[in-house]
Amino acid sequence: MSQYQVKAGPEAFLPPSAASMGIVLPDPGECHIEGRIAPEEEGYEFAARKFLGAKVPTIFPGPLVLWKWNENAAKKATAIRALANALPARLIPMADYRPKYPKIDAEVEINPNHPNLTIWHNKIDVCMFVGVHCHQANLALKIIRGGTNCFTIAMCAQAGHEDACMSFRDATPEKIMKLMDAVNKAKEQGVKSQAIPFKQFIMSRTGLVS
Amino acid sequence: MSKEKITMTEGLADIMPPEYQELVATATYGKEDRGWKDIGSSKELIEQHSLCAGCPESIAFRYILASLPNPEDTIFVGSTGCTSLVFPHVAVQNIHSLFGNQNAIASGLKRALARRYPDKVKDVVVLAGDGATVDIGLDMTMQSWFRQEKFTTICFDNELYANTGGQESGLMQKGFVAKMAPSGKNFDKVRLPEIAREAGCHYIAMLTVSKPGRVEKALKNAIMVAREIGPTYLQLYTPCILEIGKQSMEGLDEMKESEEIGGRFVMKEYISDQAQELIDTLAAEEKARKKAAKAAKTKKTVSA
Repeated sequence: MSQYQVKAGPEAFLPPSAASMGIVLPDPGECHIEGRIAPEEEGYEFAARKFLGAKVPTIFPGPLVLWKWNENAAKKATAIRALANALPARLIPMADYRPKYPKIDAEVEINPNHPNLTIWHNKIDVCMFVGVHCHQANLALKIIRGGTNCFTIAMCAQAGHEDACMSFRDATPEKIMKLMDAVNKAKEQGVKSQAIPFKQFIMSRTGLVS
Repeated sequence: MSKEKITMTEGLADIMPPEYQELVATATYGKEDRGWKDIGSSKELIEQHSLCAGCPESIAFRYILASLPNPEDTIFVGSTGCTSLVFPHVAVQNIHSLFGNQNAIASGLKRALARRYPDKVKDVVVLAGDGATVDIGLDMTMQSWFRQEKFTTICFDNELYANTGGQESGLMQKGFVAKMAPSGKNFDKVRLPEIAREAGCHYIAMLTVSKPGRVEKALKNAIMVAREIGPTYLQLYTPCILEIGKQSMEGLDEMKESEEIGGRFVMKEYISDQAQELIDTLAAEEKARKKAAKAAKTKKTVSA
């Protein structure tokens, strides 16, 4: 068994891929926590407490949940919003994978080619990727682990991500709601959100509304 | 992807950056008569570009993206070169291929799409520079024409390898001295439009991008013919102002000069009989549609 743990970075300019260090993906019904395979239920509780303990918890929704390409995407988006409200957590979108020139507005968006800029700028310490295509998520997660101290969670709709510090698999709207339930349960048990107070930005066609 | 899917999920729409909200609200996806005249009054499908200021390629990109008849169901196949710097910014599906194999990739893609979506129209358009089309990829380009693959090949002809500093290309004119071709080119510009005709293309046009109306018409003809009949080819002169020693403002003049009588880029078209028949039918249909729309509009105004 691998001794390697997928911890928050900064690990190195070029961190090894977790898979090359012996980290394996979870089977259905499981998740991985820092590389250790665990039951999914344990993962919900771990993620909820991790989020609640963060100063700047943030959810990065990707194109698969931002664009209404099917009804399931719409349901996931609603669940993500509910989770963000329950925590509370910031929502910063990754609308597509086009490079942002002349430079990204790190306060209101994230791009897989330079996710560290958004994390550094906002001082994000725990984040969750959801609805990001596998190859772009792998790229971004590795850059984040390499250059930032942010703990990454992947709510993956496929088989999970070794390069995230913890990863769920087969994500559905129901699983996102389960995570929200775990957050509420932890709160009932007395765990308080450590998030720095913030106001979620709202955008319109002409720019920032608030 | 189709136009119905270019909408945002309600739960997260209010955090989407403005350019995407604008794209959903005002882009011309699905509009039957979309064309270059929409530029300025709708969201363009190119967000930004990283080409040089005043580059005619950027103009060509804007006209092409505005004129695609079916952007939501179009896939571009690009190749290495200045064009590949632009593709990451466009809101149309695209694939970057290895240098020169763009027509081979497009062949497979077109066939796969026809199988996967038998009841949908999916257009495949190759867009590459002259190095990829005529030098490195000539084999793949011509083989796809021989096989009568149903997609359009567009060559942005800037007559040299601009992206790497000005090396000689097959489409460079004879005698031209470039930064990395100091002794001047020894042989004539490859006559690819003629080669395309002999290789089986049904619609071929060679022109500059100085006149958007012409670009739009040629592009629409090429795509519709490719959809129904077989391969088509467009060669668009998009001079590299840097490599020919011009200023940012002079790209348009360069194109206009080159299309004057006796110039290298006087507009040329070759249309096979089959393609001409289709173009005439489509033109008649469009005319009838516009006439009916006008009549309906008049009737509505009168009754109001």
